[in-house]
Amino acid sequence: MSDYHAMWEKLGLDLAAHDGLLEVLPPLYQDCILSQENRPEGMQYFDFVFSEVHGLRIKELVDHRASGGIVVGTFCTYVPEELILAVGGACVGLCAGAQVAEEAAEQYLPRNLCALIKSSLGFKLAKVCPYIESCDLLVGETTCDGKKKYYEILNQLQPVHTMELPQRKDEADRRLWREEVRRLVARLEEISGRKIDEAALRDAIRVINEKRKALLRLAGLRKCDPPVISGRDALLINQIAFYDDPVRLTEKVNALCDELEERRDGGISIGGAHRPRILLSGCPMAIPNWKVPTIIETSGALVAMDEMCTGIRYFRHLVEEGAGDLEGMLDAIADRYLKIDCAVFTPNRERLDHISELVRDYDIDAVIYYALQFCDPYTVEAFQVQQELEKERVPFLYLETDYSSEDMGQLTTRVQALIEMVETQKPSVF
Amino acid sequence: MTVAGLDIGSRTIGLVVVNDGEIVFREVVDTTFDPLEQCRRLLAQRDFDVLVATGYGRHLAQANFADQVITEIKAFALGCSHVFPQCRTILDIGGQDTKAISLGEGGKVADFQMNDRCAAGTGKFLEVMAAAMGLLPEEMGRLALQAEGEVKISSMCTVFAESEVTGLIARGTPRPLIARGLHEAICDRASALLRRVGVRREVVFAGGVAHNPCMRVLLEERLGLQLLVPENPQLVGALGAALSVLSRDDVRA
Ligand code: SF4
Ligand code: SF4
Repeated sequence: MSDYHAMWEKLGLDLAAHDGLLEVLPPLYQDCILSQENRPEGMQYFDFVFSEVHGLRIKELVDHRASGGIVVGTFCTYVPEELILAVGGACVGLCAGAQVAEEAAEQYLPRNLCALIKSSLGFKLAKVCPYIESCDLLVGETTCDGKKKYYEILNQLQPVHTMELPQRKDEADRRLWREEVRRLVARLEEISGRKIDEAALRDAIRVINEKRKALLRLAGLRKCDPPVISGRDALLINQIAFYDDPVRLTEKVNALCDELEERRDGGISIGGAHRPRILLSGCPMAIPNWKVPTIIETSGALVAMDEMCTGIRYFRHLVEEGAGDLEGMLDAIADRYLKIDCAVFTPNRERLDHISELVRDYDIDAVIYYALQFCDPYTVEAFQVQQELEKERVPFLYLETDYSSEDMGQLTTRVQALIEMVETQKPSVF
Repeated sequence: MTVAGLDIGSRTIGLVVVNDGEIVFREVVDTTFDPLEQCRRLLAQRDFDVLVATGYGRHLAQANFADQVITEIKAFALGCSHVFPQCRTILDIGGQDTKAISLGEGGKVADFQMNDRCAAGTGKFLEVMAAAMGLLPEEMGRLALQAEGEVKISSMCTVFAESEVTGLIARGTPRPLIARGLHEAICDRASALLRRVGVRREVVFAGGVAHNPCMRVLLEERLGLQLLVPENPQLVGALGAALSVLSRDDVRA
């Protein structure tokens, strides 16, 4: 690994604090990811990208800016990546998955706020995130109240453009959202000094669709039983998809899928006995938040699918291609993003239907609901998800947690009790 | 075959040795700061073919001497339905956890709920509150039972409730009333947890707090039914752990 200290210093990072952060990542990565057995070879690329998460990728972004490009940071799957790409920008997801500088963040924010928001500000205040420091613009969105108000505070530290996301999906909402997409276009054009033209947008739509198709192909391969890839590796890929170069990522995911298909056809699996298949559903898990999937998979079950923003919710819908001129394409983009079924929407029937569909398609034995403490949309919507699953008689386990590790023991007991329950209910299978 | 079941909890460690379906040995010791040493002492001079560990320290035991591990949820389900075959619902209030378990056919776990990470509604809560009043937990239970009336304790958070109790004492509120209020608060929590899995007869009350007569009376009033309490409520987990091996053998036969 090269020495990136000069680059980090230039970005304004607090080098001592940043070194501290980089020290905790490798052992965590070892325990959660590298210690798994029979991983596909194609994971080497993702291991490499992760090992260079604050190195090579940041260097690419620095070079990109040096050659006149912009970098745009996002916090949510509702922000259209295509637009950023079409002005020659690089898009990076900034969701934070580790507890950093909590006390500092609590000088600005109340204690009872979800870990995602608090740690996002923590990273900013502690000056340990080279991504946010590389951004020419941050794009927020009015999803949950916590984030919405947080962006006002963040805007005091760094410019934030906030998109107004409607919370219903009627015609009036669609009109508003299509307008918001155009308002973002204007802001991006202003910052980048480039106009979005038809050819560039068409190309961007295609590039991001290809990325989604590759991730969908990978998702499809998670139906294999015995499994050819673990849930943790799939999660890692999804997490990396938020900040890696989209064209290169697409290529690497497709290459991995080729290998996984060979594995499937050759009867090679990640090994072990047949295991209960779990659907994880709920709040996003940003890097390096692998706590719950690691508990599940080291307790003998498999995360067969994730219904979350760091899972299939991110890439499930494609933008319709061939939607005509620039205006038509902008509408097609807006419509695609409005299909996302985040819990901030009301009513949110699509999400319930999708969960049932995943349970069937992925031959799910139990659903584990992952809610971040103090996240109103997901903690409240859990009730309806449970109701829905009761109808289908699928066991449901609700876990509410944050980024600390002190509840590992309790979480492990619950997860293992769920696994025991599934195994005794279906003794012929396990 | 002789099987030992070891339940390593946050407050106590229980050992039950079963031979041909008969309990041949049982003992409870405090967990202390060195649970491993306590286990070794407990297991010294005991004969058994298989050792199954459960409880929050089960993984520690597995790394050192246990042959198998199961969760306390499964252990309590097996133990309670062995002692009371009519059991359909279990409430276990232990040192650090409160669990409600609902059983399906054959005593299998059909659903369960556990308290969140904090100590609210557990034995720990009672201990801290007893200490705040300068009492032993048993004394507090007795006082609470004698109380005519109660004061409402509005906070379930151990930290806040403790200062609430200190405030009440400072205002001269009789201790029995406070003690009663604290028991009612736990009772609220426990019955809410039970309702989430569904209260079906018979309901077994287990775990260390089942020794507390006041908790039992209050819960029975609240739920409108009689609770079944095992003779050794703290050992049901260890018993279940031991039985887990036997029941598996039964299935095989
Ligand atoms: S969970 Fe909702 S608010 Fe959070 S990133 Fe996903 S879409 Fe955005
Ligand atoms: S996890 Fe919940 S509370 Fe946190 S940012 Fe996402 S929607 Fe908002």
